[in-house]
Parts: sequence; C-alpha cells; structure tokens
Amino acid sequence: MNPRRVFVYFPAFVKGYIRNPLGLFFSLIFPIILVLIFGAVFANSGSSQVPLTVQNLDQNSPLSQEFLALLNHTGAVSLSFVGPSVGNLSTYLSHNSLSAGLVIPSGFAYDVNHSIPVRLLVYTNPSAGSSAGIVEGAVQGAAYGMNLRIAGGTPIVNPSYLNVGSTIFTYIDYLVPGLVGFSILVSPMFSMVNISSTWKRDKLFRQLSLTPLTRGEWLTATLIWYVLLATVSAFILVSVGKLVFGAHVTITWLAIPFLIVGPIFFVSLGLLAGSVSSTPESAGVVGNIITFPMMFLSGTFFPVSLFPAYLVTVAHALPLYYVIDGLNNAMVFNDPSAVLKDAVIVGVLAVVFAVLAARVFSWREK
Amino acid sequence: MADPIEVSKLVKTYGSLRAVDGVDFVLHAGEVFSFLGPNGAGKTTTVEILEGLRQRTSGEVRVLSLDPWTESDRLKGRIGVIPQDFHFFPKLTPREALNLYAGLFGCKIDADELLARVELSDKADSYYDTLSGGQHQKLGVALALVNDPEVCFLDEPTTGLDPRARRSIWDVIRTLRREGRTVFLTTHYLEEAQQLSDRIAIINLGHVIASGSPDEIIARYGRRARVRFTGDPALVERVRALGLTAEPDNGGVEVEVGNQRDVLRVLETLESSGLPWRSFSTVSDTLEDVFIRLVGRIEDAALPTEEKGEARG
Repeated sequence: MNPRRVFVYFPAFVKGYIRNPLGLFFSLIFPIILVLIFGAVFANSGSSQVPLTVQNLDQNSPLSQEFLALLNHTGAVSLSFVGPSVGNLSTYLSHNSLSAGLVIPSGFAYDVNHSIPVRLLVYTNPSAGSSAGIVEGAVQGAAYGMNLRIAGGTPIVNPSYLNVGSTIFTYIDYLVPGLVGFSILVSPMFSMVNISSTWKRDKLFRQLSLTPLTRGEWLTATLIWYVLLATVSAFILVSVGKLVFGAHVTITWLAIPFLIVGPIFFVSLGLLAGSVSSTPESAGVVGNIITFPMMFLSGTFFPVSLFPAYLVTVAHALPLYYVIDGLNNAMVFNDPSAVLKDAVIVGVLAVVFAVLAARVFSWREK
Repeated sequence: MADPIEVSKLVKTYGSLRAVDGVDFVLHAGEVFSFLGPNGAGKTTTVEILEGLRQRTSGEVRVLSLDPWTESDRLKGRIGVIPQDFHFFPKLTPREALNLYAGLFGCKIDADELLARVELSDKADSYYDTLSGGQHQKLGVALALVNDPEVCFLDEPTTGLDPRARRSIWDVIRTLRREGRTVFLTTHYLEEAQQLSDRIAIINLGHVIASGSPDEIIARYGRRARVRFTGDPALVERVRALGLTAEPDNGGVEVEVGNQRDVLRVLETLESSGLPWRSFSTVSDTLEDVFIRLVGRIEDAALPTEEKGEARG
C-alpha cells in the first residue's frame, strides 16, 4: 500500500464520478427529494389532532358555540365547518373522503335550555384506525363538560397530561437517520455494481493493472470517496430535516462509525455482486435484488417499530437495519451502549464482506 | 546482455482449447517484431502473457529478464502497453489521463509534448468519450509511453482505424524504433507488418508456422520469382523449350525464373520469335501471398468454433 498512489488516483476517480450527473443525483439530490416528500406527507403524524367536519344546524346559537369551544379545547380534534347547504353530512363526508363529522341539530340551544335531551350526530369511519376513537372521546368529553356545567357541578377527578421522555419524537426524527442509511446503502451499492461490471467489460481494470496502482490502493481511494459522500449526504439531510421540518437530530461522534463502516460494507457488497455477474445487465439485476428489499425493510422510510412482528424478524436479518438503528441511537437518542452494539454488528459484517470481495474481485486473468 | 523477450515452449489452455500450443521466439533489443495471425490464432493470449496480464499454463517466458506473472510489479515500470480494445475512463481528458499515469508511475512528464507526439494536442482537454476511435488509440499510445518504456507492446493498435489514423500510428511506431525501444506488435494487417517490422512470426492455431524477416519469409515460403507477359499462345511452347516452367495464367503466361539470366533468355526468345507479345513484367510473392498460402484467407482462417472473447488472438 503506497499512500502517494492512493492520493494520485483519488482525484481522478472523483472527477469521473462527479462529471456523471446521474451518480451525484442519486447520492446527494435524491435523498433530499425523499426527505422533502416524506417529511411533507407525514409532517402531521406527530401531532395527533384528527380533522373533524362540523355542520352546525343551530345557526350559531351561543350555546352551540360554547359546545364547540369545549370541543376545540380538548386539543384532540381540529375543527372545520360546513353550512346547512351541503345537505346530508354523511353523504358530504364520503364524497370528500373525510373520515369524521359532527352534526349539531337545529334547536340545540332551545332543547338544552329546556332540559330536553338532545342528540348529537357523530360520524366516524372505523377503518380510519384510532381516529374514530379520538373523535368519539373528544365529543363525549365536551358533552360531559357541558352537562356538568348545566348541572352546576365541579370536576373532582382531574387528570394531568405529560409526555414520555424530554422530547416528543416525531416521524421526521426517524426519517432523517433512515435516509442517511438510504444514502449509505444506495450510492455505493449502485455505483459499485455498475463499476465492477462495466469496468470489467471495458477492460478498465486491466488498464489500471498496467500501472503500479494496486487493487488495495484502488479500493482505499474508492472507500474514501464513498465515506466522504455519505458524510456530506448526512450533513445535508440533517440540515434539511432541521430547517424545513424542525427535526430533533444531530450528527454526534456516535454517528461516525456508521458513516465509515456502512460505506465499507456496501462497497464490498456491490463489488461482490458485480464481480460474480458476467454482464453489466445481470449485475444490475443482482444489485437490485439485494438493494430494494433492504431499502424498504430496514427502517429507511418508516420506523421498524411500526412493522408487524414477522417483518421485524426480516428487518433484523438485514445489515442496513443495524446501520439505521445505530444512526437512530446516535443521532436521535444519543445512546452510546446501543450504538456500540449496532456498530460491532456492522463492523463485523463489513470486515467479512470486504475480505470476500477482495478474494473474488480480480484485475488479472488466470 | 539477454534479449528483451525470450519465449520457449509457451502453452496456454482454456479448458480443452489449446490457444497457445508450444510457441518459441526471441525479440532482439531495438527491433520491431510483428506477431501475425488470423483472429483466434493465439496472438492476444501470447501478448497478454508477456505483459503480465495472463498466467501461462506452461513454458518459459522472460521479459527484460523478469517473469511477467510473478514479477509483474517490477516489470510494469519498464514496459508500455496498448491493449487490444483500448478503453479509458469516459469522463477524463487526455491531459488528465497522462498526468494520472505519470503520478502512478511516479515520473515527470510534459503532457503537452507527449500529446503533440501522438497528434492529440487539439483534444488535450476534451473528455475521452467525445473522442473518435483513432483519437482513443492515440491516447493509448501516449499512455504507453508515459513511463519511457524499454519494451512496447501494441496489440492490434490500428484495428478499425481509417487509413489516415493508421498511418499516424505507424509513424509513432517508427519513432519508437528510432529511439531504440523494442516493439512487439500484433496485427492482422500484412501490409502493416511488412512496412514496419524487422522480423515477423506468423502464428496459426496456437503454433508459430513461420518466422524471420519479411524477405526471408517470402524467400522461404513464397513461390520462385516469375515473369509474366501476354501474347501469342504459341509462345508458351517456345519458352518451355528453354527448359523453364511456363503456364498460361489469367489471360497471360507466367514463367518461373531462377535468376536474371533466365529473365533475359525469356526476353530474347520472345523478341526473336517474331510473334506478337506485350506487357512484360516480373512478379514476386508479397507477404500476403505467402500468408494466404500458409494459413488460407485471413477471414476464413479463424478457429472452427468462434473463439470466446477471452481466447482471442
């Protein structure tokens, strides 16, 4: 290993990489697009307010306004209003893909004032998961509150609501480390599969083998580049997550093992996949078969904790899971002992696959 | 001092195919040596073994007194190679390519001067993937010269080039020879071999079937010199009466001659016969005639089963 040759070759490799816009797009730009899209789509999933469409047929009587104020005060629902002109609310809800609605009947104030029992119509969609229960609970809470006031009572049992942990973790906090993991997976895998197969076809390894550059020096320069790329990508993703969505993530020293060992593992895996394939086309297929399941099942886009049990088992068999779990432990939870466990697993895998790749990947032909 | 390249009993097998089957030859310092043969004859396999890119099955090979497979690291700095189907990194320029090589070999170069030598100065800063086939090949030559090599291997350097690009590669090869470098050239263009080489070996089906200078090969394997004329058919008998072999051939008559006296005797016979004759000329075999006699037509002489990519020659 001659470090001088590594640093002579490195800029040539980087020029070749960055002058091909497609490579840079997938390694740096694409993860940003993903964080923006997923972040925007799931931005509200952290706050549990359920949208509730209200049709007030009691023509804004003070009493109906009081009831709606109580409902709003629960914080569980966000209210939007439709007038009597939309007709049957149930029909309106289903035509507009809304899952919850409330009808305050006409004469609501009169009936309440004359102690005539009054019926509130609550529409919920059981298939919309927990939101149906949230709506029912909120409406019931507001109704009890109103009943209590009319009866002149005082609440005796009062719950006080607190959060678990010091910070409320939202979807975006899991998404940012997930997409850092995505970068660590995708840019080395796709380009190493491509390089190891097309360079073999175009005899570029043969060309390099005519110079004093060794395989080890070549691999070192290549690894430095992908570690650099993963690190840059991580900083960009964290910045976008923080600035655009207020994510609670930081790149701490604990993230460094994954930004180094992760690319080493996937460079080796990509090299191996490309080396065992006879043509660039079959290498692409092999690469995709490895990459795509790992991309979706390792907690890249969604936390593995949301997976059903059998998919969690699958996730635990995927190397990328430990990269992303480790990044979560480092960037979100700041938990050194959990980081160590993940780092050891990824490190062992990286060493094993690097050795395998070095044995299979050859420049000269026997 | 030992010869720069010594090969004896070289064998390379791919499964049951003996791509190179007991080849012997020697290159003398400072000469241009051409390895000629049809596709699949074993040319590239041999040259790649000499370059250290391929491991031999058996036999002895020494390049600059080194074993090219086991001592490849020491050999690399002293040889220059343009492999067959030369490719380079698409998004690097010729200048960057040369500077990369210079850096890797750890030698100082003047990239402009080297690019001017191969007539590539105007494309010095264009990406490789925008260059033509001839320009690619010129970059290959320039790269092979970065380390100021003692021995240059050029594996079919002009295949697929237009005549102008081919001639500029030839000029470079002549310059290499003038500079005292030893050049190992493989080609299937006979004209190229005849124009450039001091010595030639013809390889077919893994065997060297002829070797020597172009003139020696023609003298040994060619037919005897002939004279040719057209004229009255009765002249055939008159010439045969001189004790020479004369055959009607393609509208004329060809007579085998051993020396200048024979030529003069044929001329005297024609002149004194009083019969009409014209267009008298001497005919001798070219390297191509010899080659075709030895291995058949070049295109037809490929191995019966189309060789797999790796076993090309």
